[in-house]
Amino acid sequence: MSHADDTQGTRRDFLYYATAGAGAVVTGAAVWPLVNQMNPSADVQALASIRVDVSPVDPGTQITVLWQGKPVFIRHRTGAEIAEAQSEDADTESMPDPLARNENLAIADAPATDANRTLPSPEGEGEGAWIVQMGVCTHLGCVPLGDSGDFGGWFCPCHGSHYDKSGRIRKGPAPRNLPIPVASFVDGSTIQLG
Amino acid sequence: MGGIPHDHYEPKSDMEKALHKRLPIVGLMYDTLMIPTPKNLNWMWIWGIVLTFTLVLQIVTGIVLVMHYTPHVDLAFSSVEHIMRNVNGGAMIRYFHMNGASLFFLAVYMHMFRSLYYGSYKAPREVTWIIGMLMYLLMMGTAFMGYVLPWGQMSFHGTAVITGLFGAIPFIGDSIQTWLLGASAVGQPALNRFFSLHYLLPFVLLGLTVLHIWAFHTTGNNNPTGVEVRRTSKEDAEKDTLPFWPYFVIKDLFALGIILVLFMAVVGFMPNYLGHPDNYIPANALVTPSHIVPEWYFLPFYAILRAFDGEVWLVMLVEWLSFGIIDAKFFGVLAMFGAIAVMALAPWLDTSRVRSGRYRPQFKWWFWLLVIDFIVLMWVGAMPAEGIYPYIALIASTYWFAYFLVILPLLGVIEKPDTPPATIEEDFNAHYPAKTSGDAVQTPAE
Repeated sequence: MSHADDTQGTRRDFLYYATAGAGAVVTGAAVWPLVNQMNPSADVQALASIRVDVSPVDPGTQITVLWQGKPVFIRHRTGAEIAEAQSEDADTESMPDPLARNENLAIADAPATDANRTLPSPEGEGEGAWIVQMGVCTHLGCVPLGDSGDFGGWFCPCHGSHYDKSGRIRKGPAPRNLPIPVASFVDGSTIQLG
Repeated sequence: MGGIPHDHYEPKSDMEKALHKRLPIVGLMYDTLMIPTPKNLNWMWIWGIVLTFTLVLQIVTGIVLVMHYTPHVDLAFSSVEHIMRNVNGGAMIRYFHMNGASLFFLAVYMHMFRSLYYGSYKAPREVTWIIGMLMYLLMMGTAFMGYVLPWGQMSFHGTAVITGLFGAIPFIGDSIQTWLLGASAVGQPALNRFFSLHYLLPFVLLGLTVLHIWAFHTTGNNNPTGVEVRRTSKEDAEKDTLPFWPYFVIKDLFALGIILVLFMAVVGFMPNYLGHPDNYIPANALVTPSHIVPEWYFLPFYAILRAFDGEVWLVMLVEWLSFGIIDAKFFGVLAMFGAIAVMALAPWLDTSRVRSGRYRPQFKWWFWLLVIDFIVLMWVGAMPAEGIYPYIALIASTYWFAYFLVILPLLGVIEKPDTPPATIEEDFNAHYPAKTSGDAVQTPAE
């Protein structure tokens, strides 16, 4: 092969590669907006925080509020419930999910003790009285039922996941404890979510 | 078209010749309709026509329903009620569309088990089989998204569960689920895009139907003996076959007529029998129906999804081996899609040289056990996930995988098959002996 042929081949090859490369880039640039349009739009992304008046929630009852399209369980626990949840803290290590899953904690892998999963109480109320968690089963996203299940906490009717009084997964297909969103008391009877 | 020797279209008049030279569309239609078809096909070979009819039925009724439907979270439910109460004939059209989905899946399951029994998936029809499996997946996607549109309780929470399947994928699952829903939870973006795709996918199905038919017109139909049509000459081929038109068209239309009588009876007298009353309650994000059950046609695979929980040793082993990446939730999802994947691989898992199950004495038993297994899975999928049901689901799921991954490969080696007839003609004549002297052999009716 002569030098001139070689040069011609290289030039032609270069044009092929350049064309194919440009084609790939243009195709990618054209397809990406079509894929990305399916991601959450700006109004959906806008972080909403809401305030919930919990003064009517007596001990031993709970309410469910809708926040960012998902249900949130706010439960006011009785002393007996707190005692029972805390008595099981020792078993945390052997539970399906040993982590607290609490977005309010600074430590990401805090253990799932009852104290790590409850909301700091407002003044004048004992610790552990309030627990706020996403009402979304960590299995496939159903809304669990309160006051039910083998552990007296929540029970997901879809595939039989049992959560205890602290929202920890104890039995069934769900892999994680009910997640705890960013939440805090802004005054004695109002919880802010987000 | 096709490898079986047969007569081709001959344009006669000058007009026909002129058109044929420019666009041979009449010839294409002629060759498609007159394709030589094995003359021993039995009644299990009618479901293709039923499926084609149902696809057209769904597209036609669907287009009409869209003229009255509104894909908005606040209006979807009431627009469906508007169709049911105000639109002229709206209730009937919607019931046709609703129950049409059930007819579609009934026919597709009959069609698939037909192919599994008579070995229709085996060489050289693997491409037909694979296209068919793709169509089945698309059908499931389309049916699921259609079920979301009325925006009832089952629509809403079913969507949460099904998109949650994608959320189970390690590392990227949450992003994929958010991308699919267009938000962190089920809402307007999901309803809107499912509506768009529910309208699109049936037309993709229509295109795949053409490919499916093209593929088996090239290889020729399978038949109950699994013996190929002789291609040595046109005369030999004609002894094994009859043209599709009019022989099989009339037969298929007769069968379709009977099936439609039953279908009309369901649509007319018990249109909601196969549905769930919960879906007549408007969607409410705060309350999950006490018992989420998918439509009957998804139940077998739903049962497989639920069967593998964290207490099955195999699931624990896989979780341990994968350092926790494949947890029980993801395992269930893999099992569900895997159940369909192993079926798609059947052409390469089945090692038997004999194609039709009719000549495989051991295979028959395993096959009918698979049919029973499928029905058991369907039943247990509708039961609550507690008590004895998870164990039944686990055993039935295990058999489903064992059939494809263990039994099909091993049977081809250990089974001694019977000898199939040499030709289709031989099989046909054994069933319908040539009449010798007219009515002489008839026995009088008692």
